[in-house]
Amino acid sequence: MTADTPLRRFVVDFLASPLAVIAGLGLLAIALTALFAGIIAPQNPYDLAQIDIMDGSLTPGTEGFGGFTYWLGSDEQGRDMLSAMIYGLRISLMVSFVAVSSAVTVGMVLGLLAAARGGWVETLIMRIVDIQLSFPALLVALLLLASLGKGVDKVIIALILVQWAYFARTVRAAALVEIRKDYVTAARAAALPQWRILFGHVLPNVMPPVLVIATVQIANAIAIEASLSFLGVGVPITEPSLGLLIANGFDYLLSGRYWISFYPGVALLVTLVCINVVGDHVRDILNPRMQR
Amino acid sequence: MSAPVLSVRNLVTQFDTRAGTITAVDGVSLEVGPGEVLGIVGESGSGKTITGFSILGLIDKPGRIAGGEVLLNGQDLRKLSDRAMARLRGDRIAMIFQDPMMTLNPVLRIDTQMIETIRAHRDVSRSRARDMAAEALALVGIPSPVERLRTYPHEMSGGMRQRVVIAIALMLEPDLIIADEPTTALDVTIQSQILSEMQKLMAERNTALIWITHDLTVVAGLAHRVAVMYAGRIVETGSVDDLLDHPMHPYTRGLISSIPSSVPRGERLVPIKGMTPSLMNLPEGCAFAPRCPQASEICRKARPDRQDLASGRGLRCFHPLEEA
Amino acid sequence: MLAYLIRRLGQAFLVMAVMATIVFFGLFAVGNPIDLLINPEADLAEQEETIRRLGLDKPVHVQFGFFLAGLAQGDLGTSFVHNRPALELILSRLPATLELAFLGILIAVVLGIPLGMIAGLKPEAPYSKVIMAGSVVGFSTPNFWQGLMLIMLFAVFLGWLPAGGRGDTVDVLGIPVSFLTWDGLSHLILPALNVAIYKMSLVIRLTRAGTAEVALQDYVKYARARGLSPFRVVGVHVLKNILIPVVTVLGLETGNVIAFAVVTETVFSWPGIGKLLIDSIGLLDRPVVVAYLMLTVFLFVMINLVVDIGYSLLDPRVRVKGGRS
Repeated sequence: MTADTPLRRFVVDFLASPLAVIAGLGLLAIALTALFAGIIAPQNPYDLAQIDIMDGSLTPGTEGFGGFTYWLGSDEQGRDMLSAMIYGLRISLMVSFVAVSSAVTVGMVLGLLAAARGGWVETLIMRIVDIQLSFPALLVALLLLASLGKGVDKVIIALILVQWAYFARTVRAAALVEIRKDYVTAARAAALPQWRILFGHVLPNVMPPVLVIATVQIANAIAIEASLSFLGVGVPITEPSLGLLIANGFDYLLSGRYWISFYPGVALLVTLVCINVVGDHVRDILNPRMQR
Repeated sequence: MSAPVLSVRNLVTQFDTRAGTITAVDGVSLEVGPGEVLGIVGESGSGKTITGFSILGLIDKPGRIAGGEVLLNGQDLRKLSDRAMARLRGDRIAMIFQDPMMTLNPVLRIDTQMIETIRAHRDVSRSRARDMAAEALALVGIPSPVERLRTYPHEMSGGMRQRVVIAIALMLEPDLIIADEPTTALDVTIQSQILSEMQKLMAERNTALIWITHDLTVVAGLAHRVAVMYAGRIVETGSVDDLLDHPMHPYTRGLISSIPSSVPRGERLVPIKGMTPSLMNLPEGCAFAPRCPQASEICRKARPDRQDLASGRGLRCFHPLEEA
Repeated sequence: MLAYLIRRLGQAFLVMAVMATIVFFGLFAVGNPIDLLINPEADLAEQEETIRRLGLDKPVHVQFGFFLAGLAQGDLGTSFVHNRPALELILSRLPATLELAFLGILIAVVLGIPLGMIAGLKPEAPYSKVIMAGSVVGFSTPNFWQGLMLIMLFAVFLGWLPAGGRGDTVDVLGIPVSFLTWDGLSHLILPALNVAIYKMSLVIRLTRAGTAEVALQDYVKYARARGLSPFRVVGVHVLKNILIPVVTVLGLETGNVIAFAVVTETVFSWPGIGKLLIDSIGLLDRPVVVAYLMLTVFLFVMINLVVDIGYSLLDPRVRVKGGRS
């Protein structure tokens, strides 16, 4: 056997599931598509010079007047759906990624603080976490946005506010276990400052569960953002995410122009399935009870 | 000896794992007659529990019974359908598990679990089944059995729970009871009470009993005959007095000298050196050879066959300690 | 059991009080209460009259007292748009939401538990893999898009079921219900499926995990060793043990169903409280939003209470503990 570091074993275990590998590769492709949307998309859907209203509501695969093929059809304004989706994907992923990484940071700091300080600080933080988690994230975000108003930044703020609590709870629980271990006592005995013990010693050890939850929460953030945009309190019409594209297509659905809603939804579904499959598998690997 | 109740011949049970096939029970043969108590002794991982489950046909995937015969009153159980086998379990062969805390379903009352057992095998009314259950509880010495029936398992002590399990085993008057370390989890005083009651009940009812344990002292007081298992095989078998007084297999002797009461006060205990081998990579020859003080060249190359000696002794060893 | 009940009711009351405080200071004190509670289209004299009537010229703690007093009497303000007490308005819409939620959960449980048990008992079988794949997709599908697809398939392309609205209702004990008429039922099916599919995926995952764990327990093997039929082993010994976590999560999820009904009701124009909330947010009808919030808090607290009691009924070990302390 070669040197068996935890990382190497993790990689080996991960590669053992073909489904998870496919999902992981799919996720990579989705992320790259979103990142290079400007290069990959056949059309810039927000450059009015490239859009021809004459090409409105074309069915998928139709060639427009300019000789441009609309593989996934076009919307009412003659916007290429494939391009709109790629740009929408970018907004969906950006919003959720920024929101979850911020929520991880906030939750981690407060969770560590609760675990390290104990006493009333811990009680206060954990009570807020308990109350917050007993209400559905979508509803809390909806009411927050109802008072904050629309906007990409506001959606991100609402997502951070509904998601930090998951991380705070996880970090606190894991940190409490770590703090009792001998190496922390040793670090204390060496008179290391508390912040160095927490961030340098305890934090790296609470990362695995945080990463698992972060994966799931990115999927949740994407779904919540899409739902909020669908309900009309999410991103503005000028920066349509996948959710808003679907909402825009809702009006045309009943008249049979299904593709305006259908394909963005498929893109959303594929993204979420990939994240969930990867997340499930990572959780199974890291779950000590599942290990053989 | 009258015709055996149970006769197992060359039983092989294997588990297919990702790392390869593991043979947990390797050519085990044994017999128990009516009213007879057979002790199967071995360390954990020796295959004694799997032997018990194999007899009942309760081996789940990835395990399977790969060969041999299991004859109950002359009928080969391996040829029975799943349904016929289920009819037999709990009725003709009853089993008592190791941990009474884990055996009874925590969310069902005692009466539910007793009555369902009776009604799975006997066409009786619910109230008749309840009476039978109460009688069975009284038989194993549980006070106020009618009230006890209405309790949940967690409301009883460990010893009380194991008595319930024994009552369930006896309730339908089976031909054979397989008890897998039933007293290991109990206090010593309760253990000895239950042992003597079991012994008495088996004799009265002429029931065959297989008592699986890691504890030779329990077997010494209870069993008529003993089979010692090591790494999936029976290495030595014989009547309890003969085997304990004149162990022929070095492993049996090792087991005996590991018991504190077996050596005079003040002398050192002699533990068996080394560790129980992993079934994943057994040595090529005799599985005990790496730990055996007598081992020679042949022990590391070949597996000893079973020799049947006089007076019902059986042995798998190239270098037995004394000639019978 | 009675002492346990009283203690849990006390806790529920405490949470309600805390949430009322948060709502008060969150929505009344932080935002401008005049904007929140007064119709912006009212003239100046009317505004001053309302400010005085609502006591908004009084100090914060006095206002808080008024708010609590109103709350205790079930007075949560009057809807600007509908000109009816907000609470009354919401309560009139509640039966539609509850009917939707309960039918959705019923479908999720009736189909989800058996499917989850099958997948848990035979994890390697092809049909189990199909079930699990289906549950991952169901779990990942955004609710609103799934609703659109149901409409697209069953209402637009196949034309079997209506795309939205509630249809005919029949009054049962003064409460309008849909499921007793064919027209009502046909309007109910798609939204209920929309609610059910996500929950069902969740139930399948939970049941499978629970079944796989319970199936390894000694008492299951012991039940088989007693010769019980596979039906009884699975249907009683396994099922009763996995019901505990499933009921807990499902109970807690009932709240989520009511929250997600916002989405389903919007997609299907179902006239429940979720649709009312979205409409009220759009029309800036703030008393209704506040009333919705308080009612939801109340429902959540009640659901938690019911779940805990249900839990103790299912698990005798918890019952004993609760009864003693």
